[in-house]
Amino acid sequence: MAEAGPAINPIEQFSILKIVDIHIAGHDFSLTNSSLYMMIAVALSCGLMAIGAAGGSGVPGRMQAMAEMAYEFVAGMVRSAAGESGMRFFPLVFCLFMFILLCNLVGLVPYSFTVTSHIIVTVSLALLVFFTVVIVGVMENGLHFFKLFVPSGVPIYILPLVVAIEIISFLSRPLSHSVRLFANMLAGHITLNVFGGFVVMLLGAGALTKALAVLPFAMTIGLDALELLVAFLQAYVFTMLTCMYLNDALHPGGH
Amino acid sequence: MDAANIAVAAKYIGAGLAAIGTGAAGIGVGTLFGQFLNGALRNPSAVDGQFGRLIFGFAVTEALGIFALLIAFLLLFAV
Repeated sequence: MAEAGPAINPIEQFSILKIVDIHIAGHDFSLTNSSLYMMIAVALSCGLMAIGAAGGSGVPGRMQAMAEMAYEFVAGMVRSAAGESGMRFFPLVFCLFMFILLCNLVGLVPYSFTVTSHIIVTVSLALLVFFTVVIVGVMENGLHFFKLFVPSGVPIYILPLVVAIEIISFLSRPLSHSVRLFANMLAGHITLNVFGGFVVMLLGAGALTKALAVLPFAMTIGLDALELLVAFLQAYVFTMLTCMYLNDALHPGGH
Repeated sequence: MDAANIAVAAKYIGAGLAAIGTGAAGIGVGTLFGQFLNGALRNPSAVDGQFGRLIFGFAVTEALGIFALLIAFLLLFAV
């Protein structure tokens, strides 16, 4: 917006900038800040796991304890939501969890870039899960997979309606799955930016209002703590839903 | 008043209307924690086992409010 807009544009932090321009056969393979921060997140999770697993001592050190906690946390989640047979998909679920968690956490560092605040990233992850569920479900159960859409114990006259609703809700899964993560990260970062902008505006407005700038600053600190919680929570929720969807693929009759 | 001003006004009104949705999510989150506390005070021994579900429900409910907030922000800054 051009007219009478705020001095600080909260959307600007999400712009993708090219760092290294790479064009191969007419396609744009440029290294952007988005891909750079994805690499950082992957490097951090690989580093955490590599250092944590390197010692292998009976009495874990700090890094090993952290790596083991992450492993146990996700393993417990997969076991409780998808059963023991779901542990085949543990590597996928663990990678998703660590990637999203570290993208969210790295994004909270001031002046950094949040990869998960772009819907293209979260939709890619959600579609990966969606197609995994469909392919695994059909491979494991054949046509029994479609029992997922026919709940047992429903009166026959209402069944067509229920089946239609089940199919629509199944197809809309990747949408809600991805938008939940994306919208949370986007809205959280915009809120932080807006309150940070209030601090700057009050500091610039005059001597009298300078003292008032403490209030939005305190709010920013509080919101940052909340965002830390949200960063973890959204990674947890994304992974938890992945486990539930995998459970549908493995045991389609059981709901 | 010209058309551009009306468009700007409509944008702000729309953003304000969209922000009502966050209040609805507030009702949801309040119900969630209230009911959890209700159950937790009746049976305190079950609290630890259900904490994960509480947080899960909170995140899923909170997301709907965030969707509304997202629309408000999009109207304010992106349209």
